[in-house]
Amino acid sequence: MSKIATREAYGKALAEFGKDPNIVVLDADLSKSTKTDTFQKVYPERFFNIGIAEANMISIAAGMATCGKTVFASTFAVFASMRACEQIRNSICYPKLNVKIGATHAGISVGEDGASHQTVEDMAIMRSLPNMTIICPCDGIETRAAVKAAIDIKGPVYLRLGRLALPLVHKEEDFSFELGKGIQLKDGGDVTIIATGLMVYKSLEAAEMLKAQGIDARVIDIHTIKPIDKDIIVKAAKETGAIVTAEEHNIIGGLTGAVAEVLVQNYPVPLKAVAINDVFGKSGKPDELFQEYGLTPENIVKQAQEVIKMKK
Amino acid sequence: MEKQQLLELKKTAVRIRRHIIDAVYHAGSGHPGGSLSCTDILTVLYFKHMNVNINDPNDLDRDRFVMSKGHCAPALYATLAEKGFFSTEELKNLRKIDSFLQGHPSMKDVPGVDMSTGSLGQGISASVGMALAGKLDKKDYRVYVIIGDGECQEGQVWEALMAAAHYKLDNLTVFLDHNGLQIDGKITEVMSPECLPSKFRAFNWNVIEIDGNDLIAIDDAVEKAKATKGMPTMVVANTVKGKGVSFMEGEYGWHGKAPNKEERDKAISELDKAMELLGGE
Ligand SMILES: Cc1ncc(C[n+]2csc(CCOP(=O)(O)OP(=O)(O)O)c2C)c(N)n1
Ligand SMILES: [Mg+2]
Repeated sequence: MSKIATREAYGKALAEFGKDPNIVVLDADLSKSTKTDTFQKVYPERFFNIGIAEANMISIAAGMATCGKTVFASTFAVFASMRACEQIRNSICYPKLNVKIGATHAGISVGEDGASHQTVEDMAIMRSLPNMTIICPCDGIETRAAVKAAIDIKGPVYLRLGRLALPLVHKEEDFSFELGKGIQLKDGGDVTIIATGLMVYKSLEAAEMLKAQGIDARVIDIHTIKPIDKDIIVKAAKETGAIVTAEEHNIIGGLTGAVAEVLVQNYPVPLKAVAINDVFGKSGKPDELFQEYGLTPENIVKQAQEVIKMKK
Repeated sequence: MEKQQLLELKKTAVRIRRHIIDAVYHAGSGHPGGSLSCTDILTVLYFKHMNVNINDPNDLDRDRFVMSKGHCAPALYATLAEKGFFSTEELKNLRKIDSFLQGHPSMKDVPGVDMSTGSLGQGISASVGMALAGKLDKKDYRVYVIIGDGECQEGQVWEALMAAAHYKLDNLTVFLDHNGLQIDGKITEVMSPECLPSKFRAFNWNVIEIDGNDLIAIDDAVEKAKATKGMPTMVVANTVKGKGVSFMEGEYGWHGKAPNKEERDKAISELDKAMELLGGE
């Protein structure tokens, strides 16, 4: 199976949809890593390197958006969501400007660079900003659709993208993407695994392992973290009675937080999370880090078994 | 500087460069270019000037060092290991899952590291805090910092410069590793921060311009900084990125790339030759 990183698909999508002359792309000295250089090669006149100045970049993006541009601004997720956080709030979200933040190298799969360059908290921070839409795609195909959707809606979008090459979850032919709507990848009646980003393919692997144990797990891909798809979550709660969330993020405030908020207010059922347990990451190979922090199909299986025991 | 001491410093710099190449090679990732460009500065600071105690890395009276361009952790770790804070053998474990040598400097993990860095622009502000605390406590320790020229694009750097001059922090000496390159290319092409020396002067800093790969010039600059009262000193160190390894010199492609086996061997043999020219180990 061919693998592609979501950041790579992001760069390609920018080059593809970038024929719209209204689109501009900004970067902060990381264009080869964020892959905005793919856009730059095709449309150099609409690409601006702002240098190592993320806060400046975000407010420049806001200014261009006030003049009618659709602006993509890219850097690593840690700098996008935190170095420029208050600029995102006051220059972009508050005036509801048309800026799309292409935040790459999210999560711990950044690997060897270590905790200073990883993010376990970006979705929590971005979720709490009014007017912000958050998309965390699980593969290259979904990333392309996410970029298109981000262009189509007017307003702030945070695209959470990764460094690591990932297997394709979706098929080009029958893929349809609707912002704010989760995608059920596998039906099942015993438990539902709700995943986002690179945890989606791991959840499908976990579902296979559960099947071998006679457990029938439903798997849902939540690409839009905000607004979250309330309907698909409540339906899963009603029909399977137990939920496991899986995300490459702190257990606080990300997908787990969003799903738990929906459940307790609408249809409480037991929930177990596969997420990072409120600690910083560290240097290491991505696979070693997944093991260390329990972001594995094996841990999803374990949490599924546990949560099923908690069912009434 | 005495001839013998200069020779020893030159050898130390070669050893640090060898460690950098090997550490990044074994890690399979990391930043050799900017590490090699600031090696001579680290050598003079740690082996001639700084008052540090390897048996008590957190000694309250020690001089402080902040690697504000934290991606150059290989150079800092190699210097600390060569100084004796930990074994040089550990450098092979850089960036590995069970190693304390994190990809970017981590003060809670690595003995001798005075500030956690990696997010550009923040280290220099932290160093202003250290210098300010030193004044408050009437301590005579000095604070040394290395910043990158690309790093100067961060607005925070200029906020730090303003604060240091405002509080007349003459116990603070910053080295600008002026190698002219960042990740996406030449600093003047990506987002020019020039003319840096005149901007520093306009921010009321004592500015000294030197060849930043010349040990004697670095030593002189440190002495001048120590003798300067009432203002912080900025040493604009004109350097070559990748210095000491011919095929890395002046190439921005070597900013954040590990050498393969062949490249590693070539680099090490060049450095071995440099050591031979100095009369051997
Ligand atoms: C706030 C922040 N933005 C972006 C980065 C990613 N980054 C790491 S090194 C680098 C280029 C640094 O260039 P320079 O300061 O000139 O360092 P040197 O040439 O000495 O290696 C960038 C953009 C970072 N570490 N921190
Ligand atoms: Mg530079």
